[in-house]
Order: sequence, then structure tokens, then C-alpha cells
Amino acid sequence: MLITSLVVIGIILAFISILSIADNLISIEAQKHGIDPDKSNLGLFPSVRDLFSKSAPGFVSGGQLVNLKKGHDIKLAGNPVSEVVPATAVTRVAIKPQDYRGIAPIPKMEVQVGDEVKAGQAIFFDKKNSDINFVSPVSGEVVEIRRGAKRAITHVVILADKEQSYHQFTPPSAGNSNPQEIIEFLKKSGAWTLINQRPFDILANSELVPENIFISTFDSSPLALDYNIALEGREEEFQKGLDVLGRLTTGKVYLGLDARGNEPAAAFTEATGVVKTWFRGKHPVGNVGVQIHHTNPIKSNKIVWTLDPQDVALIGRLFISGTYDGSRVVSVGGGQVLSPSHVKTYKGASIDELLKGNLSDEGTSRIIGGNVLSGSQVGADDFLSQQHNSISVIKEGDQYELFGWLLPITPRPSVSRTFPNFLIPNHEFEANTNTHGEQRAFVVTGQYENMLPMDIYPQHLMKAIMAGDIERMEGLGINELTEEDVALCEFSCTSKQPLQSILREGLDMMREQG
Amino acid sequence: MGLLNFIKRIEPDKKKSPFLHTLYDGFFTFAYAPNTVTKGGVHIRDGMDLKRTMVLVVIGLQLCYLFGTYNIGHQHFDALGMFPGFLEGFHLKLAHGLIKMLPIFIWTHIVGLGIEFWFAAKKGHPIEEGFLVSGALIPLIMPPDIPIWILCVSVAFAVILGKEAFGGTGMNIWNVALLARVFVFFAYPTTISGDEVWVGGFEKVVPGMVAEYGWAHSMFNSLFGWFDLSTFESGRAIYDTYSGATPLALASKGGWAAVTEQFSIAQMWWGTIPGSIGETSKPLILIGAALLLATGIASWRVMFSMFLGCAFMGMIFNAWDATPFMDVPWYYHFYMGSFLFAMAFMATDPVTAASTNTGKWIYGFLIGVIGLIIRVFNPAYPEGWMLAILFMNTFAPLIDHYVLESNMKRRSKLGKPALGMAAVNSVELENSTAHG
Repeated sequence: MLITSLVVIGIILAFISILSIADNLISIEAQKHGIDPDKSNLGLFPSVRDLFSKSAPGFVSGGQLVNLKKGHDIKLAGNPVSEVVPATAVTRVAIKPQDYRGIAPIPKMEVQVGDEVKAGQAIFFDKKNSDINFVSPVSGEVVEIRRGAKRAITHVVILADKEQSYHQFTPPSAGNSNPQEIIEFLKKSGAWTLINQRPFDILANSELVPENIFISTFDSSPLALDYNIALEGREEEFQKGLDVLGRLTTGKVYLGLDARGNEPAAAFTEATGVVKTWFRGKHPVGNVGVQIHHTNPIKSNKIVWTLDPQDVALIGRLFISGTYDGSRVVSVGGGQVLSPSHVKTYKGASIDELLKGNLSDEGTSRIIGGNVLSGSQVGADDFLSQQHNSISVIKEGDQYELFGWLLPITPRPSVSRTFPNFLIPNHEFEANTNTHGEQRAFVVTGQYENMLPMDIYPQHLMKAIMAGDIERMEGLGINELTEEDVALCEFSCTSKQPLQSILREGLDMMREQG
Repeated sequence: MGLLNFIKRIEPDKKKSPFLHTLYDGFFTFAYAPNTVTKGGVHIRDGMDLKRTMVLVVIGLQLCYLFGTYNIGHQHFDALGMFPGFLEGFHLKLAHGLIKMLPIFIWTHIVGLGIEFWFAAKKGHPIEEGFLVSGALIPLIMPPDIPIWILCVSVAFAVILGKEAFGGTGMNIWNVALLARVFVFFAYPTTISGDEVWVGGFEKVVPGMVAEYGWAHSMFNSLFGWFDLSTFESGRAIYDTYSGATPLALASKGGWAAVTEQFSIAQMWWGTIPGSIGETSKPLILIGAALLLATGIASWRVMFSMFLGCAFMGMIFNAWDATPFMDVPWYYHFYMGSFLFAMAFMATDPVTAASTNTGKWIYGFLIGVIGLIIRVFNPAYPEGWMLAILFMNTFAPLIDHYVLESNMKRRSKLGKPALGMAAVNSVELENSTAHG
């Protein structure tokens, strides 16, 4: 009896090992020939994903389709409608030196209160990199220079002209001029400040050549801007921007396209000279960090650039007409907004003027520049950040709730199946800012991994950061992440841990190390 | 709002009486979800918190509590040869069960929560929810006649040395409830092993031993007397051929045949057998497990792989076939002992289990394998889940370590590892000069 069963087990094991070795050999060979980069399509065993996944939508063409299973879509009330309205009330814009990570708190000013500036004219520069200009998004009069703690300059406020006039640049040819020339021009014209460098998500260093450039053409966060609307009619400018960027990297320009719903705008689907990758899944599928991970991950001693699609179009226009156009479409949404919509305004527009007459006065509101997961709270007298392309306004949740943890009265967004939220899959939640519980030590495991579609262990990474273990942080992939990527993990965290600020602490530690 | 104002008014001063304030804070946050708002980071938070997580486990245990309490009484009268039907003598069985169960439950919480509160006050942090679950688990894994002082010492040991010494909830290495049990197991083995401890209400479960009734029983007697119901009769003794042995004890001596001689499979399945208080009824445990799985509180990976591990080892033993115990068909191992309870509620403790998904598979599987080895080979005590889980708790960080190492290795294959930006700069500058 024993002998027979051992023999049977032995035969089965031998058979399985022969099969799996053969499978591995096939996929290794396929990888060598570059046929099967992600080891999923070739081999003896069909992958479950290929067998059972939904078929790709008809418009997906010209690029690989990546299906991501992890993540969660938070549906909130006040989704901006797909219509762009001009923000007529906005007269004031500001640029804030603090929006740019890595520059000195007191930059060198090139203008003073009372000066007239044109759109694209230099406002200030950082003393360490004096050739990179930070320019005005609009033409008008400098009306105020606000200062904060230790006399740091916080805002340079400009009163915009009714009729915009532009500083005229003479751009080098995007096609055949020296990359160095293009870089010099981008620095002078202020367009360099639109480029983010990863790892660390900082202002790009012009001495480093990016290995690749990544652009996500959709935002999957709650109440997000719809880039398809924002880029309507700017196809030519967008394409020009891509061409320029293509000259500046040793690798390729990667475009992440949206395969979740309807066909994306022509600006994206018909773009040329780029590598297109289609993405389908839940938030954070639109995050550029997630897309980098699934197309061409950052190698450990390389850097890449990431850009916002509207900024790509801005660069394109700069090379077509020689003008710096600081206008952009911003989404205004959230439960406290009366008519949520897309608004055409300027970079750094005044929050107060942008939301004028559009806020519900029921309860206290919190205004968030950016999205509700990774944005920052702003006062009404503040201005949009240069990087933000949405405003979300939700209710403050500063009230007690009797047995709120056990028997919640109002529905609330949650990834947990202990709430009957799966019964109302299309419900748009009126979320507020209550923490719904107190902070605790890490207890629940495996939760963050379900919220981050990357081969990363966020909880262990966070612990490595808290322990200050640089080598482990790097090994566990801190360089692939920025705050917005762990924002959903932070939202879902049962222990209410501040993951984004822990991550930034770790990124700063890594940066200082260099 | 009136109630809220009243409660707010009686808040003790934090400086003057830190212990009272901690206590107040614990109960207040229990009654009211706090009004704190997000600050920096995300602006909206999930409705889930640790209290909700923990209380769901406690809810999952409730059926085990109900059945376990009643079963104490049922086993007691079974030994006396009275009320053979499960529902016969309902009031007496329930009363006897409560008389045994309540002191265990209450003392577990007095000692455990008392220590928690004291540490919370001393360290100035809010009371954490950890003991909510530990306190619900400990009574269920004790024999009904455990002396209260031993119970208190074991709970104190588990909470102080097992948890607070490591920094409180979320920091412990070993499962707190199992630590309490393992303490009894090694320090007072006669109270938790052998054939004579699994039925409550006797000094020893041997034929001829007279049932012991105390003041609580006489109180119930007078209550039942008013309603003309039958009462506890002192002087009744255990009948001659009775044995208090559990199925596992029988199996270790005489294999599956010896088990079926005394218990039917249905009995073992429904749980009307002697054993630790809450772990005998398999369907009720499975309902609790289903709740934990449906809500995603417990890891299905740990449960499933633990089942696989036990089945795998059981089949190997069946094939080996050297002792009668090895010959017990592998699927009947799930009917005996506390496998299901350990699988659903003990191994899945997220703090002490492996914390990576791959690690959970390995962790669960090895518990299944090792637990069954101990069950079958341990000559003194034919059950192994407690020891197997504590053993694997110890090695869970090691499993995670190797899972993380392989993740780091995968990543470092993408490029030569370099520390910080210094290396980046030099490499990239070379590139850029070549490029420019």
C-alpha cells in the first residue's frame, strides 16, 4: 500500500516537473526573442486571465492591452458633466514656488508688484538652476507677492488682462535641431517646469537624460478631469508636444490609453511616434506610476519623465506658434458643488473666483485642490497649484456618530465587504472628511496589496521607511511610487495610517542619500 | 444630542486621572464614532476601522458561544446517564452551562481588559481593540472545569508577556488566545489533558464520581422549583461504563474503530461530544468561518491552504499505515478535535500570520502538515493545532522575509542596484554627454 502510493506520487511529481520545465523553457525562449515580454501569452499552460477575461473593446488597436484586477473605483456624488464652460469670473492667477518640489523657498524674483507681464514672461528662477525660468501663465499686472513663514515667497498674484497677450519666443525646429538646443529653449520658455522626474516625482534635472517618457491620458481618481474633453481640438499641439519630447529621451515616449469605457479622443488614439499601451481596470489604473510599472519599469539607476497631457499640448503650442499659453481645463466636482462641470481657465486660477456662486452653503465645505485622495486642502483665498487640474469640494465630517463604527446610518464609500455597498454598485456616495475611526498600528494584512496593481508590498515598504532602512526601501520599490499611487491604500487602511506622508518621508530620505 | 452632551460633561481630566480618562475614552469611542477629520493625505476615509474588523470576528463566534454553553450542560447530564436527548432537560443543561461559562467569560475579561486598560493609561495611548477578539476566543478553547485562578494567571501571562511586552495590539508575535492556552497546557497539564477534564461538574470524570453542585445550582433549583420544573439532584454519580474520552483520545488508542464505537459521525459533526467549550460543533464553526470569508476579514488563503496541508498529511499517513491512528481516514480528521476552529479563528489572526499573500499559502499549509503530525504522533496529547500555530507564528516573519527577498531580487534584476542618486548622476552624465 505504502509503496504503491509512493510510486504513484513519484510518477505524478515527475510528470508535473517535466511539464513545468518545458513551460519555463518555452517562455524563456520567447522572452529571448522578445515575443513575450510579460511571460503570459506563451507557454504550455494558458493563463487564466487570457481564458476568462473580457474581450478587448473594439477601439483598442495599435498597442498592448493591460488588464488590471486590483484597485477600487470610488464613486462620489458631484461628478463633473462632460461640458467645458469658460470661467468668466476668474481674473486673478498665482504661481506658487512651493508647487515645485526641490527649489529654494525664496527664489530670485524677476518682477515686482505693479509690473506688467506677458504670458510666458519669467517671474522668478531658482538660484541653484538660474537658467530655468518660472513663467507667468497669463498676461497682466503683478498685484501681490505673498510671503509666509521665514519670508518664504508663497504666492505671486497676477491680475489677468481681458485680452491676453503673449511673449513671442522663437522656437528651435522640433524635427532636426540639437536636443541640447531644445532643452535650452524649454528652460528659457518655462516649459521645463512642466516636466516631472521619477523617481521622487520632482522637477526634472536637465543634466540627466530620461530613459523613457510616460504620459497617462486618463485620470481614474474620483471626480477626475476628463482629458478627452480637455484636449478636444488640440490634436495638432498634442502631437507636436510628443514629437518634441521624443527628441529628448534615449528611449521612447509611452502613452497610456483608457480602455475602460468609450473610445478616447482622437488626440490620443491617433498619436504617432509613441508606444501606446491600453489599460483597463479600476483606480489607480490611470496613475502614470502604475502604467510605468506595467510597460517599462524604472531601472534602479535610471530616471524617467512624466507629463500631464495638457502640458504636452502646451509644449506643442510653444513649438508651433512660439507662445506660452497658460490656459487649461479644470474639473470642478464634489457633493458641495451646485453644478459640477469642466471649466476652462488658467493654471493657478483663484479658487474663490473659480467657485463663485457654485457652492452649496449646507454645512461646512472642504475645498481640495486636486482629487480627494491625493489633493491638498486649500482656502478660498488660495489659488490652484500649477499641477492641479481638478477641484473637489466635499463636506467636512466633524460630527460624532452613535455606534457609527458598527451601524453606520449614512452610506459611505468602502472597499470592505462588511458594508452592503456591493448591493448598490452605481451609488454615488456623499462622502465627508470624517476619519471613520482612530489611528492604530498595522493589524490587517493584504489590504494594501489589493489596492495597488503593482508587484510591490506596500505595508512592508512602509515599515521599512519607518525603520529608515534605505536599502530595503529601494529593494521594495520605493522608487516606483509617489504619493498618488499609495493614496487608495491610505483610503482603504483599516488602521487609518498616513501612508502618503510616510512615503514622502521615505522619498526624501532616499533623495538626501544621493 | 442630549445624551452626547451629558457624556461629554462627565469626561474625567486627563492629567488628574489618566486611568479614568483612558477608560472613559475607551467607552466613549465605543459608543460614538469620533468626530476627527482627515488632515493631510487623503481627504476621505473608508468606513472600515479596527473596531468593526474585530467585532465581526466576535459576531462570528456567537453561535459557538451559544452551543458551547449548552453543550457543557448536555455533557454533564450525559455522564450522569440523564436526559439522553439533546433538548431534554433543556433548562437544567442551560443553567449548568451558564454556571460554568459565565465565570470563565467574566474573569477572562476582567483580567485581560484590566491589564489592557492599565497599559493604555500608563503609555498614554487609546485603548486598542485587540483584546475584544482574544477575550472572546479564550473561553472557547478552555475545558469547562478550568480552575478560575489558573485561567486568570494564563490570561495575564498571555496579555502581559505575549502582547504588551511587544508593544500592544498589532505588535505581538504569537496568537494571544493560544498563548493563554499553551500556558495552561505546560504549567498545569492535568487541567487540560487526559480523559478526565472535558466534562464539567465533576472533580474527575471517572465512573462513580458524584456530581458537584454549588450555591449557584441551589439558586437555580429554587427558581426551577417555583415553576415545577425538574431540579439538579445532588448525589447522582457517573454511570459505570462511562468514559469522558474525546474522539481523539480514543483514536490515538484504538484507531477509527474505537472512535465509532462510542460516537457516531453525526454526533461528532454536530458537536454533542466532550471537548473544549466552543470547538465541538463543526457546522456552527463553519458558519462563523463563512461570515469571516464573505466579509473578507479572514484570509481564505490561510484557511484553504491549512485544509490542504492537513488533507495532504492525512493521505500520507493513510498510505503509511503504521499505527491505528495513522489509519484513520484522512477526511475524518476534520470531524475530530479542533481543526476547524483553529483554521477559522486562530490561524487567520492577521497580526501573527504571515503577512504576504504567498507567505500565507506556505504558512497555512505548514500548519496543516505540522498540526496533523503532532496530533498523530504526540503520545501524551493527541491534538496539535495550538502547538502548530504557535510554531508557525514564530516562523511567519521568516516566510515573509523570503517572499520579500524574492520580490527584491526580481526588482534588482531590472538594473544594477545602486544606492541613492549619487550613482545615478554619474551614470546619467556619461549618457548625456554621449547623447548631446
